[in-house]
Amino acid sequence: MKTWIGKQQALIDFTLSSLSRRKLKNFGLLLVYALIVFLLASVMLFTHALRREAALVLKNTPEVIVQRMVAGRHDLIPPGYIEKLGRIRGVQHIEGRLWGYFYDPVVRANYTFMAPTAGTINEIQIADSEIVIGAAVARERGLEHGNLISFRSYTGKLFVFTVASVLPHDAELVSADLVLLNPADYRAFFGIPADHYTDIALSVANPQEVRNIAAKLSETLPDARLILREEVLRTYESIFNWREGIVLVLLSGSILAFAIFAWEKASGLSAEEKREIGILKAIGWETGDVLKMKFWEGALVSLTAFLLGYVAAYWHVFHFSTALFEPVLKGWSVLYPRFELVPVVDGFQVATLFFFTVFPYTVATIVPIWRAAITDPDAVMRG
Amino acid sequence: MIKLTNIRKAYNQGQHNEFWALNGIDLDIEANKVTALSGPSGSGKSTLLSIVGCMARPTSGRVQLAGRDISGLPERFLTDIRRSTFGFIFQQYNLIKGLSARDNVMLPAYPLGGDWRALHERADMLLDTFKLGHRCHAPVEWLSGGEQQRVAIARALINDPLVVIADEPTANLDTVLSREFLSILESLKQQGKTILLSSHDSLVVESSVVDRVVRLRDGHLPEAAE
Amino acid sequence: MHAWSASQGSSALHMPSRKSHRVFAFLAICLALFLLTFADAAMRRGGSADVLATSERLVAQLGLTDLCLFTEARYTRHPSQADLHSAFQDHPLGLEHFPSGSLLPPPNNLAASYENLDRKTTSPD
Repeated sequence: MKTWIGKQQALIDFTLSSLSRRKLKNFGLLLVYALIVFLLASVMLFTHALRREAALVLKNTPEVIVQRMVAGRHDLIPPGYIEKLGRIRGVQHIEGRLWGYFYDPVVRANYTFMAPTAGTINEIQIADSEIVIGAAVARERGLEHGNLISFRSYTGKLFVFTVASVLPHDAELVSADLVLLNPADYRAFFGIPADHYTDIALSVANPQEVRNIAAKLSETLPDARLILREEVLRTYESIFNWREGIVLVLLSGSILAFAIFAWEKASGLSAEEKREIGILKAIGWETGDVLKMKFWEGALVSLTAFLLGYVAAYWHVFHFSTALFEPVLKGWSVLYPRFELVPVVDGFQVATLFFFTVFPYTVATIVPIWRAAITDPDAVMRG
Repeated sequence: MIKLTNIRKAYNQGQHNEFWALNGIDLDIEANKVTALSGPSGSGKSTLLSIVGCMARPTSGRVQLAGRDISGLPERFLTDIRRSTFGFIFQQYNLIKGLSARDNVMLPAYPLGGDWRALHERADMLLDTFKLGHRCHAPVEWLSGGEQQRVAIARALINDPLVVIADEPTANLDTVLSREFLSILESLKQQGKTILLSSHDSLVVESSVVDRVVRLRDGHLPEAAE
Repeated sequence: MHAWSASQGSSALHMPSRKSHRVFAFLAICLALFLLTFADAAMRRGGSADVLATSERLVAQLGLTDLCLFTEARYTRHPSQADLHSAFQDHPLGLEHFPSGSLLPPPNNLAASYENLDRKTTSPD
């Protein structure tokens, strides 16, 4: 055992001396390799954590949302609609909701205006002409508690509000662009008559009956479109899947370029290297020794690249809030939440990444050596 | 020490360019002696050296090392024997460029996996013996021809072999360096090494260090009755 | 012999600089950092319960349905609620129309000239 370790260590010594002859080239390769791992791992860690956070946070979302459609478009819920729903068995709680969008030309941002049903947030009543705003809105408009702000409504009338409070930073991921106001102000601002609502949130007595109840609802109300909680969660699952996919597609060019480069580097045996292998064979190395030596070269380079890239990606995603990917996620948004993701690391994903970064490179290093390594040791004497 | 019986060696056997490098060689190489193979180039000297040194297998015939038939052994065992019994000095030195003199000397011992510290000291000692101690960190391509050959000799000795095999050792050396090589040979003989070399350099063949000269021509030993 | 003992001194001096040792040490540090990320993740998960709870409470109170990640347009703000004519359509696998929107900002001159006329107001403050 001790001899075995001594031997492997000696082979590693040789492969390191051998690598250090072309320091710049090999160091560059390692750096690019680590960068690729870093990008892949960042995408992987970020989307995984975000997907999980979405699932956790949105598990409290209403079980069923009922929208009314007119000619294929959203329309307001007219009076009497809610009463029709109440007659269906199994529906536990019905709530008409008021929310909508407002474009603020000053900062060119979209806000989400919302009136909590009872006009309260955290059991505090939102008074007339008062608003509670999300942290990104406060940041963008430079507002804090007690400030006045005016919005020109879609009717052209100017409304002045007092900022009663700012929603906590911790909840920015779900509330950055919110402007909460009481239902009366909301109706006045958007000109929505009483008894009309944006949509309806339902809760169901028995969660296992959700699908049946939804089916019954759509029979009773043919113009209703129902959105179930599980669909909301699935939407997020797929959004992150395809955004991850887009990034990977964009990355694939560079990954391929690197693969070609690495393949070329690892597998292109120069005449010089062939000669060296011949020398090693001649002075008493076995075919197996040469292959082991090359295995260590591939394994060390790719393992180092994997560890460096992964650790950097972890810091990037969870300590620097994925600063490099922010533009991709932000898109054209003006308001963007500042959030720190809760680190969740999927061991299986890490193992997959490890396998797909370390294994191919190591194989690409060894395989071409095979042919050179089985040459006769006396080839050197003849040549 | 080494006994060759009716050794024949063909290259590219069965193809149109088939070529017989050795045609029935019978030879006894004695221990603790310097044996020189001499003959024109193409006479089969190098081929014979590589067969004796377990680098190549004869097409037919038997090689016995200390009474044991080794011509039929599989590659692994041959490599083992080659590592522990033979040290090679090549005509072109065959050092690995870019590595330091010391790294080059240590190379043959790497697959053995012995104690590295001891190996390190042995390599330094050998380099000192050949007056290369001060150059042990220098990449070999910075060394002069004579220095490179001494590194090659040190490398051949690192595993403390019984037999040292040298292929045209003085082909790239001037007279002064050739004489220096012969004195190194003398000291190796005194240490009890068996030495087998090939040369067509009269300086070597006629030297007093060489105990026996075997003349080779077209893969034969013309004066087999010597 | 004199040279021999001198070399012993010098070789002892060079002994610690074995390449494999240095690389092993470096790899050990990398590996430690790698394992540290898992420890760090576990620790931060422990400390983040409150942060998540704040969001969860708000979601429950207000009946929020979406993450506030894409605020650029009304049909991207609530992907799960978007209507049938919006880019996301009502199929959860429906894709956003312009993925380039993820990468490039809208050109400034266009943003100005194509803005809805009713939004081209002077500052309402």
